[in-house]
Amino acid sequence: MEAAMGLMRRIPPKHSEAALSALLSLLPHHSADLLSQVDQPLQVLRDVDSGKEFILCEYNRDADSYRSPWSNKYHPPLDDGLYPSQELRKLEVEANNVFMVYCDQYYEGGTSSVYIWENEDEGFIGCFLIKKDGSRTADGRRGYLEEGCWEAIHVIEVVPLEEATARYCLTSSVMLSLTTNDESSGNFNLSGSIRRQMNMDLPIAEGHLCNMGRMIEEMESKLRYSLDQVYFGKTKEMICTLRPPSEPVQTRLLEHISKRLS
Amino acid sequence: MSDEEETQPTDDQKIEIAKWFLLNAPAGEIQYIAKDMKAVLQDETLYTTAAAVAFPLYNKSHMICLDFPDRSGEVMVTPFSEISENEYLDPRTAQVAVVDHVNQVCRRARPANDEELPTPYIEEYRYALDIEVTKYVSEAYPKGICSVYCVNGKDVEEPGLDFELVVVISAARLSPQNFCNGSWRSIWNVEFKDEAQFVEVRGTLQVGAHYFEEGNVQLDAKHECKDSTMLMSPEDCAHSVTTIIRHHETEYLNSLQTSYSKLPDATFKDLRRKLPVTRTLFPWHNTMQFSLRRDIQKSLGLEK
Repeated sequence: MEAAMGLMRRIPPKHSEAALSALLSLLPHHSADLLSQVDQPLQVLRDVDSGKEFILCEYNRDADSYRSPWSNKYHPPLDDGLYPSQELRKLEVEANNVFMVYCDQYYEGGTSSVYIWENEDEGFIGCFLIKKDGSRTADGRRGYLEEGCWEAIHVIEVVPLEEATARYCLTSSVMLSLTTNDESSGNFNLSGSIRRQMNMDLPIAEGHLCNMGRMIEEMESKLRYSLDQVYFGKTKEMICTLRPPSEPVQTRLLEHISKRLS
Repeated sequence: MSDEEETQPTDDQKIEIAKWFLLNAPAGEIQYIAKDMKAVLQDETLYTTAAAVAFPLYNKSHMICLDFPDRSGEVMVTPFSEISENEYLDPRTAQVAVVDHVNQVCRRARPANDEELPTPYIEEYRYALDIEVTKYVSEAYPKGICSVYCVNGKDVEEPGLDFELVVVISAARLSPQNFCNGSWRSIWNVEFKDEAQFVEVRGTLQVGAHYFEEGNVQLDAKHECKDSTMLMSPEDCAHSVTTIIRHHETEYLNSLQTSYSKLPDATFKDLRRKLPVTRTLFPWHNTMQFSLRRDIQKSLGLEK
């Protein structure tokens, strides 16, 4: 299993679906672990009732059907699918509505979904997902990206503690892919994913949604910053190490120009 | 997909899977992938079959560089220097290296036969170009290696016929302890067209980087360019072609730099803003207002 994760860390991210497929066929008895630990590109379906899109993941899947957070129905319909309790469903509905606005404000488009279900000991698990297509043919307003996709998966485990507090364990993954294509710099593709964890004990005075939301917001900001540093910072550093920009040429050129001007 | 009994893949399918993983290893990482692949496959025979096919392809594609056993020089494993599956020519020392692909070492070397080397006429051009390119590479790349091969017309003995040389440049920076590896590969096809007295130069530049500390992030960038110059003496051609190569590679690097300075702002914003338009964090505690005022919020959020 460790070897399998090692492989997933090295295979080019654009091939991660094929890689996971291959590993699942070679290691069927590890499939549960693989599916929960390896992040895959997110897919969406349209809800039959409201026409709104919802995101598919392991947490809203039962057999081969997926439950929509908008109508609470399985697509395709399932006779005895798993549903969250009434209380959790109420929280789930509120979470979806609020998260949708959060998504609009930060992502200016994109699709969001939240799934909540019971855990042991009166706790619960929430999964918050976002998918944003920023390519110029989709929601990319500035039109610079040939292809660009941001996908976030936040899984947060909530365990009530004594004295009106709860423990929140958040594991977040962001998968990011961007491609630009133009005359001078050819075809340029940056893809990958980063995963982080954060744990907090918080009072539940303002409600679970508030706590979870704030943690996710903080985590996303940190991840965005990290991605900026890693995607752009590190890879640029690598290129400059391989072939340093020819500063001597630039200074010579500047000297030459200044001589001609004087 | 996961809960039912899966039929095991056939041996052939397993070999194909192993080959695929090995071939897709980033620069400098095939041995790590090899180790992990062996553990996943749990079958020495199948792995060996896959490796025997995958390693040569990988080595040639990444143009790995191996030392001669007697340290007399280096040989680059490329499609252009291939004499046979395990033999690769180094024109500089006129030796042929016998290579163990899976272990990525040179086992022994032998002098090259006359048939394996170009004619003196071609060699003049090849040699002159090699000198110039080697000089350029040592200036531009901290750890670059290069070579020049004749891929077409190596038996041409005098002016009157076309021939083609290939310049390959490869630089790799491997820093596994920093979770970061990168590679630069450029391949320049130089066609000498006798009738038009014209040299056509076509280049393919490829840069890759892999960062894997908290995840897996990879850069894959490719660029193609074309240029030309007059057919002249070997030394003048060499100088001219190398100037073309230097110019285009520098230009490409500059435009990559420009991309890098523009990308973070332009593209990241298209994906996720740093903060909402309101310039404040999201008011999670005010969730009540959203149920009532959601549409107003939405249109505020969507304004540029």
